[in-house]
Amino acid sequence: MTRREDTPLLEMRNISKTFGPVRALDNVSLTAWPGEVHALMGENGAGKSTLMKVLSGAYVADRGGEVLVNGTPVPTGDPKEARARGIAVIYQELSLAPNLTVAENIFLGREPSRSGMVNRARMIGLATPVLDRLGVDFGPDTRVAGLSLGERQLVEIARALASEARIIVMDEPTTSLSSRETEKLFDVIAALTAQGIAIIYISHRMEEVYRLSDRCSVLRDGSYVGTLDREELSAQKLVAMMVGRDLSSFYKKEHVATEGQRNVVMKVADMSDGRLVRECGFEVHEGEVLGVSGLVGSGRTELARLIYGADPATSGTVWLNGEEVTPRSPREALERGIVYLTEDRKALGLFLDMSIQQNISMCVLEEDAGTAGTLNFRAAASRAARAIKDLAIKTPSAKLNVGALSGGNQQKVLLARLLEAKPKVVILDEPTRGVDVGAKSEIYRLIDALAREGLAVVMISSELPEIVGVADRVLVMREGRIAGEVRAAPGRPVQQEEIMTLSTGAAA
Amino acid sequence: MSDAQDVTASNRKGPDSGGSAARMKSTIMALGMLPVLILLAIGFHLMTGKFLSVNNLSIVMQQASINVVLAAGMTFVILTGGIDLSVGSVLAASAMAAVSVSLIPDWGLLGIPAGLAVGLVFGLANGCLVAYLGLPPFIVTLGSLTAVRGVARLMGGDTTVFNADLPFEFIGNGSLFGVPWLAIFALTTVVVSWFILRRTVLGTWIYAVGGNQEAARLTGIKVSLVLLFVYAMSGLLSGLGGVMSAARLYAANGLQLGQAYELDAIAAVILGGTSFVGGVGSIWGTLIGALIIAVLSNGLILTGVSDIWQFIIKGLVIIAAVALDRYRLKGGART
Repeated sequence: MTRREDTPLLEMRNISKTFGPVRALDNVSLTAWPGEVHALMGENGAGKSTLMKVLSGAYVADRGGEVLVNGTPVPTGDPKEARARGIAVIYQELSLAPNLTVAENIFLGREPSRSGMVNRARMIGLATPVLDRLGVDFGPDTRVAGLSLGERQLVEIARALASEARIIVMDEPTTSLSSRETEKLFDVIAALTAQGIAIIYISHRMEEVYRLSDRCSVLRDGSYVGTLDREELSAQKLVAMMVGRDLSSFYKKEHVATEGQRNVVMKVADMSDGRLVRECGFEVHEGEVLGVSGLVGSGRTELARLIYGADPATSGTVWLNGEEVTPRSPREALERGIVYLTEDRKALGLFLDMSIQQNISMCVLEEDAGTAGTLNFRAAASRAARAIKDLAIKTPSAKLNVGALSGGNQQKVLLARLLEAKPKVVILDEPTRGVDVGAKSEIYRLIDALAREGLAVVMISSELPEIVGVADRVLVMREGRIAGEVRAAPGRPVQQEEIMTLSTGAAA
Repeated sequence: MSDAQDVTASNRKGPDSGGSAARMKSTIMALGMLPVLILLAIGFHLMTGKFLSVNNLSIVMQQASINVVLAAGMTFVILTGGIDLSVGSVLAASAMAAVSVSLIPDWGLLGIPAGLAVGLVFGLANGCLVAYLGLPPFIVTLGSLTAVRGVARLMGGDTTVFNADLPFEFIGNGSLFGVPWLAIFALTTVVVSWFILRRTVLGTWIYAVGGNQEAARLTGIKVSLVLLFVYAMSGLLSGLGGVMSAARLYAANGLQLGQAYELDAIAAVILGGTSFVGGVGSIWGTLIGALIIAVLSNGLILTGVSDIWQFIIKGLVIIAAVALDRYRLKGGART
């Protein structure tokens, strides 16, 4: 790493970004020197992606924020300009056209041409040295569809190099790579930095950060927490920086989980889907809130959907009060008393063109129906009225379209629908995503009340303070497996650091 | 409680203070295409002087009735976000079956159930392919549009089948207290459809599947059964359409009968304000849509417009209706 030069290759100064009332980034600064690998860490939703989107020109920074390359400012919100100034971002979901060749992908959108005709020979001539630089063992004429994910990533890097990028952002580049491919990628990164290119490396994996980074910066809740130099790096320090220390009294926990005396309500064993979930098993007791933590992509939602019968499992058994039930469809799960709150209420939960009343009663229409399946409007109305009162859904009328409600109230409508099914097990996937603070605390209170009534609650959450504040016990998932369990002890709540350590796989 | 009422009051104030553009938009959404129908009828009457006669209105109703029946079935399908292109061909096959069976001495009335059954079977076939094999409705019914047309021709040996003593000819040409039986059948179909859609669990499921299929599945709705039902319903009603047109003509021809009927049915549904995406729409809208098409056809004939121009005008009306559909969606709750 060379730091003898006076101006850094990249400097992001006082970057803020607000979306409506939400402050996604608050005064964040970041520098990168030529030949440096600068790691960027933080919880899900800490603002890493937002920061990188400002860098790549996808977002305009709020007033006062500046991006400088070699000391000269780059206007934000202009992807073309960012690319021209040597900034390239390689996203998790690769953006290659699989039906085209490697060379065509490298020059996609800026093909060398003469009078509108693509100059194929010249394109291959330009691509070859770039691929040589990366030491790949496929040619420019190979079709991308035939390449492995690791090889495709190299094509992405080749594309960045061909456009003379000097700052390359890699967003969790190793997520879908084999260990051999990961090694290859690390070699490439070393070669790139030797050529004076700066890499901004976003990762959740401690071992990678140790191995690669010259410096590591941490974001939390959209704010810059700090930067550690290579020699200062340690798992404890990084985890403490990512988690922070502000446990608020915002969470309501009155139910008492006295384990051992309580019955197991649901037991799951050996649940796999052959792709993202591997041999997961756990138990949840009556009156207990079981948290499920883990990074995005660790298989939490997929596991929940398998238990609910929403996706086909390759193996796995579910017992409810000792009886084997293993639902093969959501319908079966509902009939057995397992309900699932989706993480994406608009796409997978609500019927936005229907009324609140219709949405709430959707699961129990048959139960209420008269002979010949006629609708029972009176039953639906009284269910809706009760739910609106019990869950404090703010609406002038139960006949209003649910699409007209705020996020928090929509979430309550969805919760109300599940509770109408009289469940024994409630699986909640990110129950407070996209809801305002007031509704959040009401949802926590509701979860607490459900546990007090003796229901078994499984709560998936990406927010560590939330999961620590609400759950009695936390399962941590990593790469499709249950990596471990963190329990609260008397007088000592679940520790966020332990969760973070398990989910990143850092040796504590 | 008083809180909630306060909110209601302020909410009621909302649209009124929202300016005339918003008010106009909400009026258009509520009334649908009814004003268009009335304006067309008055316009044609002023031009020809005989459009609004009892005699002519009876003819319009007869002309509209078969399309109303087909469009009712189409409404079920489009509400789930699907499409049924095969209704015209299924109608032809059903009519062939109805007339052929009516030729059996003493058992001629069996022609009615025969026609209905043929329609139901083809509808179930479409439904199975869409619901259980997950094939795209457009492709499935495009295939059956062609294949069933072939079956219809096969059934009569590619000739026209006649029955001058059709035992159920009253359906096509009789009337009850002055109302043509065709119109009674059509109206009954609409009322039954309305009941299923708005008064039964199944109907709510149809809207739910069209509004958000994945959410419907996660809510425990039997999505496949719903899809099977709507295509079966469309097939059955095409069968009824076949019986009605056989009764009207005393004959059926596998090649010519029902050609391009699917287009009029789809046009009626879209004119009636049912969203092509699914989940939004009503059977009353479809009735109005089908009446608009019938009024257009009849009125254009009365005014002496050549049939070439009738095609052009009808086509333009359909495009205008789709434009209106977009406008309505934009103005709706889903922004």
